[in-house]
Amino acid sequence: MARTEQQSNEKYGGRWFWRYASPAAFFPLAGRIEALCWVLAIVLSAIGLYLGFFVAPTDAQQGEVYRVIFIHVPAAWMAMVIYLAMAFWSLLGLVLGTRLSFMMSHALAPTGAIMAVISLWTGALWGRPTWGTYWVWDARLTSTLILFFLYVGYMALAASFDDKKKGDRASALIALVGAINVPIIYFSVKWWNTLHQGSSVRPGSSSMATTMLTAMLIMTFAFWAYSIAAAMHRLRTGVIEREGKAAWLRDAMKGWLR
Amino acid sequence: MNWESWSAFWDMGGRGFFVWGSYGALLIAVIAELVSLRQARKSALQALQEDHDS
Repeated sequence: MARTEQQSNEKYGGRWFWRYASPAAFFPLAGRIEALCWVLAIVLSAIGLYLGFFVAPTDAQQGEVYRVIFIHVPAAWMAMVIYLAMAFWSLLGLVLGTRLSFMMSHALAPTGAIMAVISLWTGALWGRPTWGTYWVWDARLTSTLILFFLYVGYMALAASFDDKKKGDRASALIALVGAINVPIIYFSVKWWNTLHQGSSVRPGSSSMATTMLTAMLIMTFAFWAYSIAAAMHRLRTGVIEREGKAAWLRDAMKGWLR
Repeated sequence: MNWESWSAFWDMGGRGFFVWGSYGALLIAVIAELVSLRQARKSALQALQEDHDS
């Protein structure tokens, strides 16, 4: 480990970015990030759920059903953030040709798709008692559904090529073109007259009670930690799949092989 | 404290179906993702092992 680090330091002139662009250098680091994020995800969700259910008061207008927002809003945010992260890594992969960038993007997609489903599902269950309907074709809901289809399309396209490099590039294009949908989701409640309410949390101001907001933000950090941990795990699996023949990986995996 | 009893907690002011339907779905999704992460890792390691053996 120390020796390979030193070698790659020499090779890349010690610039950390280029060093960690190599799967060999990033593999152990990703493992440490993953472990830290699992712990954070568990601790933060325990605190967030405790605050959300036992400290935050009943909402004066919505009653108890508002407690869905402690997972609805973080899931919706993560669905958008993960898509932007995918677009970022895809762009980096296309421009620099770094294979780790594409793998990073692939590792994020399933978690992003799950976040989109959770935001749609919890939104529907919240909408039924609050709006009187599970679903309406308003701009916010429709663009979020499109986000989910973009995730599915991305994953299907990445998996449909026998030549992995072609799959990388084709799916990176979907990630990039689809990124235009993210600001549309975010601003939809401003641009169109939607049934979905406007943002409760904006930079610098918020229309929520402090304990409610605190619970929601802690749950958001828990969702971040969970998403990073899951993506790092998937990334490492991807590295094992793709770099299986490389000598460094066999060295790194010595303890895992019988 | 918000709840007078556990049954009041599960009832969620008559909105238990919607609240627990949401949290339950999240729980199922997380478990499904963790299982799929483990299975993918297992088969990747198996392939590596087979490659190593041959």
